Amino acid sequence: MSRLTFFAPLAAFVLLLTGLMFSLKNDPHNMPSMLIDKAAPTFVLASLADGGDSGLSNEDLKGEPLLLNVFASWCPACRVEHPFLMRLANNQDFKIVGIDWKDNRQKGQRWLAQYQSPYTHVGFDESGRVGIDFGVTGVPETFVIDRDGRVRYRHAGPLTEEVWRDVFEPLLMHLRSAP
Amino acid sequence: MMAQVGYFALLLALLISLMQAVAPFVPLKRKDPVIAVFVDQAAFGQLVFVIIAFASLTYAFVISDFSLSVVAANSHTTKPLLYKVTGVWGNHEGSMLLWVLILAAFGAAVALFGDNIPDRLRSKTLGVHAMIAVGFLAFIIMTSNPFATLAEPPADGNGLNPILQDPGLAIHPPFLYLGYVGFSMAFSFSVAALIEGRVDACWARWVRPWVLAAWCFLTIGIALGSAWAYYTLGWGGWWFWDPVENASLMPWLAGTALLHSALVVERRSTLVSWTILLGILTFSLSLIGTFLVRSGVLTSVHAFAQDPSRGEFVLLLIFLSTGGSLALYAIRAPKLKTGSAFSIISRESGLVLNNVLLSAVAFTVLLGTFYPLVIDMIGGDKISVGPPYYALTFVPIATPLLLVMALGPALKWKRDDLRAAFSRLKLAAIGGVVGAIVVMGLTFGHNILTAFFMAVAIWIIVGSILLLAQRVRLGSAPFSTSVKLIGTTPRAFYGLVIAHAGIGVLVAGIAGMSTWATEKIDLMRPGQAIELSGYELRLRSIDDVQGPNYEAERGSFEITRNGRLVTQLYSERRFYPVRQQQTTAAGIRTNLISNLYVALGESDGAGRWTVRFYYHPFMPLVWIGAFTMAFGGFVSLSDRRFRVGAPKRSARLPAMAPAQ
Repeated sequence: MSRLTFFAPLAAFVLLLTGLMFSLKNDPHNMPSMLIDKAAPTFVLASLADGGDSGLSNEDLKGEPLLLNVFASWCPACRVEHPFLMRLANNQDFKIVGIDWKDNRQKGQRWLAQYQSPYTHVGFDESGRVGIDFGVTGVPETFVIDRDGRVRYRHAGPLTEEVWRDVFEPLLMHLRSAP
Repeated sequence: MMAQVGYFALLLALLISLMQAVAPFVPLKRKDPVIAVFVDQAAFGQLVFVIIAFASLTYAFVISDFSLSVVAANSHTTKPLLYKVTGVWGNHEGSMLLWVLILAAFGAAVALFGDNIPDRLRSKTLGVHAMIAVGFLAFIIMTSNPFATLAEPPADGNGLNPILQDPGLAIHPPFLYLGYVGFSMAFSFSVAALIEGRVDACWARWVRPWVLAAWCFLTIGIALGSAWAYYTLGWGGWWFWDPVENASLMPWLAGTALLHSALVVERRSTLVSWTILLGILTFSLSLIGTFLVRSGVLTSVHAFAQDPSRGEFVLLLIFLSTGGSLALYAIRAPKLKTGSAFSIISRESGLVLNNVLLSAVAFTVLLGTFYPLVIDMIGGDKISVGPPYYALTFVPIATPLLLVMALGPALKWKRDDLRAAFSRLKLAAIGGVVGAIVVMGLTFGHNILTAFFMAVAIWIIVGSILLLAQRVRLGSAPFSTSVKLIGTTPRAFYGLVIAHAGIGVLVAGIAGMSTWATEKIDLMRPGQAIELSGYELRLRSIDDVQGPNYEAERGSFEITRNGRLVTQLYSERRFYPVRQQQTTAAGIRTNLISNLYVALGESDGAGRWTVRFYYHPFMPLVWIGAFTMAFGGFVSLSDRRFRVGAPKRSARLPAMAPAQ
């Protein structure tokens, strides 16, 4: 065996690791949304429920500060995040609206029926268009929208207690008390 | 108070492992026995302080000390005591602490039982082992401190995820960790051997028990994990090829290869550098698998975002351990002496083939696990690599592996005749063909693949038993001789027979399950009945039940076959108010050959409930097979060759006849 053969495992490993480094760089936190402090993109989505509520549009985002949560039934991380959203919905007095992203209507409905819905409105974004306008790179993602319908914060990945305490709560307090 | 004690104990453990890592490599005037004693003592000391840290955290969980943020986030006063304790490792920080605890325990075990290993090799091995400990203790202290306190402790905790409140889940992580971390011993031995520049039969004999023990624990851990998924997730699946499962399967496959190649090193002093490489790779796969998956890089690229410093730290650790050891391998391995040659038809060749095929399947799993990540990275869509990929890649490579499995141990070392080996296995081949014909006949030729795999299963099981029969010369020698031989056959040989037969049982289970499982999902009212594969399922009633920390709807079911009562089953749909979360507890009836499985789903609000009813023939065989394999491993582990405190005996042993 040539001596170089013994370097093959090392070379393969370096290759794999370089790939992983890149996937860390891919971290959505390093590329904050282009939309921060700008008005949410214009959109109109049909409701996820068959003939249920009136769907979701950017007009619905105005009024009071709220959370916009992008989810999908095929996303395990959303399942992880779900109990936390339920707790927010039951204990806090602001709206959470949802966008079911790149999903199948039946599956999305079944998902919400099975785990209960934390959302006041759920828009169904089958093609993923609206998600792309929002700059969604994966699910779940959560946006904080102020009362004028502007995007104030974007969080990629499941919401956690820590993020909530450190970022969301102060921000929402601030938005609410602002004139 | 406990927080400070625990944190301080962690710092001390780090300090001790630093010294343990440095001592064997200090080129001062070397006095091997002195250094060896120091390193052994350090390994014990490290364990003692990690135990203190772990015990403090456990105590904090038991008394619900919510001033610790980990406890506040993951425990709750109403939680049953068992789950308060298991909650210790039900979160990132605590599970890291368990990981280090097991690491320290393995190190201390080598210090305690390894007095037959030469001082220099043992202290170098423990030194390398301590380097891993330094890395992970630093990781815990700097990025995942389980003893971080809250300034204003909440009145009550946040509850453990109810999905995690289950005896199966509570006990399977410790087994998995015993497996993953156990392979660290193989890693430390391999790196120490590279540093020493010498690998021989003795080295293989010293390292094998540790590999075997880790392998057994990992086998149990994987089986428990699969059984847990089967009965809690409520849709009757037992293996999903998801990244978390793959993360445990990859080191298992590599560890299985290592177990077999170390055998060749022990017997024939050949395949040396390959075995060393496997020792490094098996542990690296454990590391890469556990940490990348647990930290969520694979399920969603997002999870790292919550705390990128952890991800970077883990990558750095993997880079240092795997990269460093592979670089050392590249430089040192060419100098390792390789032993005697062997002919193409021989036990060695069989084991080489085993290794090639096992590495190939491990690689397909690696590829399948990381492929979605690669696609995601280059900006493509989110894709998932599912069962179809594995059916196309894993199965075709695993099949020849299974076929060779019965043949390999029937071959003699060094040189053999293929025809002679086959003639030894004639009965197994006949059994397989008969089995296939029976299956074909019963299914009217519809399930050709199933018939084939049933034949493979019989070939492996009968082949393994034949091996034992020939070993004790059953039929070819007087009966009394056979009885005597039964007693003198080494336990390692029994271990081989049992573990291989276990694989056969597992294959039969998978083959039967993937073809003959049936299911029915229906909306049912109390009193209604549905029929599936000859069984009639009647929903008798739905009642509200109050659990310790949940409320549940309990469905009572009755299963009859041809009008005769088979069993009564209960399935619950539980709701946990603290977390606003729903779980399902399935009702399962098993007769060790087949399972009947009922899961109560959601109600439609009009007095009807979704009910999932499954008939799973051969399902129990999957776990019986897996546990049989682990049992075989333990039997082999109890062999006197591995037994402790027999330093001189090992030198004479290679002369002993062809045990496995």
